[in-house]
Amino acid sequence: MEHQILTFYDWVAKLSSSELVALILIVTLPLVFLIVYALVAILGELKISAFIQERLGPMRTGPWGIIQPVAEVVKLLQKEDITPDAANKPLFNMAPFLMFTAAYAGFAVIPFSSHFVPAGINLGLFYIFAMGSLAVIGLVMGGWASNNKYSLLGALRSVAQIVSYEIPAAIVILSIVVLASSMNLQVINANQGGWFWNWYVFGGPGSIWKLLVIPFTFGMFLLYLIASLAETNRTPFDIPEGESEIVAGYHTEYSGMKFAMFFFAEYANMFVVAALLSILFFGGWNSPFGDFMNGPIWGVFWFISKSFFFVFVQIWLRWTLPRLRVDQLMGVSWKVMTPVAFLCFFAVGLWAMLK
Amino acid sequence: MKKYLNNIWLGIYTVLIGMKITFVHLFAKNVTVQYPNKHPLDKAGGDKMPMNARNRIFNDMELCNGCNGCARACPVNCITVETLKVVPGDAPPLKNGEKRGLWVTNYTIDFAKCCFCGLCIDPCPTEAIKMTTEFEYSQYDRGNLLYKFSKMTDEQIKQKKELLANFTAEKAKKEAEAKKAAEQAKAAEAPKPETGDGK
Repeated sequence: MEHQILTFYDWVAKLSSSELVALILIVTLPLVFLIVYALVAILGELKISAFIQERLGPMRTGPWGIIQPVAEVVKLLQKEDITPDAANKPLFNMAPFLMFTAAYAGFAVIPFSSHFVPAGINLGLFYIFAMGSLAVIGLVMGGWASNNKYSLLGALRSVAQIVSYEIPAAIVILSIVVLASSMNLQVINANQGGWFWNWYVFGGPGSIWKLLVIPFTFGMFLLYLIASLAETNRTPFDIPEGESEIVAGYHTEYSGMKFAMFFFAEYANMFVVAALLSILFFGGWNSPFGDFMNGPIWGVFWFISKSFFFVFVQIWLRWTLPRLRVDQLMGVSWKVMTPVAFLCFFAVGLWAMLK
Repeated sequence: MKKYLNNIWLGIYTVLIGMKITFVHLFAKNVTVQYPNKHPLDKAGGDKMPMNARNRIFNDMELCNGCNGCARACPVNCITVETLKVVPGDAPPLKNGEKRGLWVTNYTIDFAKCCFCGLCIDPCPTEAIKMTTEFEYSQYDRGNLLYKFSKMTDEQIKQKKELLANFTAEKAKKEAEAKKAAEQAKAAEAPKPETGDGK
């Protein structure tokens, strides 16, 4: 970035006159956020599913059951940590942590505010996408090392699914890079400043002629939303878990804290893709209303509310749609999403050349 | 190509319809009653029991005609019915005005066996057996779950049995007499030649 701004890191370093304190703080903040977010998301999942089914959900632990997720984590911690005899032990024990690390590594480049990003690298978008794909290795590792037919089936399905859905997702991301002419997430965010019609879902900043490109950018948003559901193994694309078909898929053999790690990784991944959606298409930390409520502190608010909205959409979709069949899943990816993504890429590329 | 685009449109459109439905339900009134804190039948519970709630079954002996239909319908054989024929003119009619044909001497439902399927309710011709709203009736002893609905005492049953025995005996006697009379009449008529039939 050319324009040098006083970041959170600089600010803390100046205050404490120690780079180390700033470094530790900037590394721990996303982790703290992630843990709090995971608890909120677990409660949200329980409560939203309950309300959609006209139930009340957990009500006994704390007022309206709000400490239910804490109780669940404590329960998982207390459980016996079982490693099957026939399992490949190093791989089996490594898989959940690898998956969680991959999910958490994505947080390194997420800009929470115009002045706070743990690592403002220029290849942020590329990095976050690569880290999102790394999760599949943890998944395959867990499925293979479990030495269980259901786990292996789940792992195989997940590989097929993620490899297929990464193509439309990558093309959509590429189109955004074409629009923003940068892979730095801060620059992409800064490009979408001003009013909400400058967001990339509405074609990005530009003259009235951008109306021509809005159908394609909106289509890109839909494509990435669908692909992100598939990448996080959420319903309707949860065939790697498919509890009615293959028990619990790749995490059948896991118990206790290792299962909790898979669980946390899923929620962390959900936030990463939701954050990516809000950064790429909905202006990230920008206020939708010009200078109204805009700024570094409000940026955190806008960014987190936009991301939480997409987490909510993921939960909402999970309790709306049934699971897809395997062949339908592949059909959607290869026959519909990939060609449409190429079409959008072509249109956006043409627009970026001519504007 | 047209079909392909139409399929994409239909896919997106139907998902949106589904999302709209679940969104409406997200804000609909919840049906859960926080049971031990609030009883579903209390005013404070705010709710009545659902129409199809399955609870303890009650049999109105004033209506039961002892047809045994419920016991035959029961998949777990938890209903026991024993009956005795009524001597004409002895029994009061049923609550719905029908003639009572059978004394129900024993009507027992074992709720330790009952699976609350409600299949006994449909075949009842007089609508005597039905679901109540009572569901809190746990017992420490399984024998306490044997619900006896018939209020007839042993003495009454004995009396009715005697009455029936007398009646049947009398009837048998009468029948025997009638038979005898008929035979005598037949015997008297027997010597006549067989011409009437035309065989």
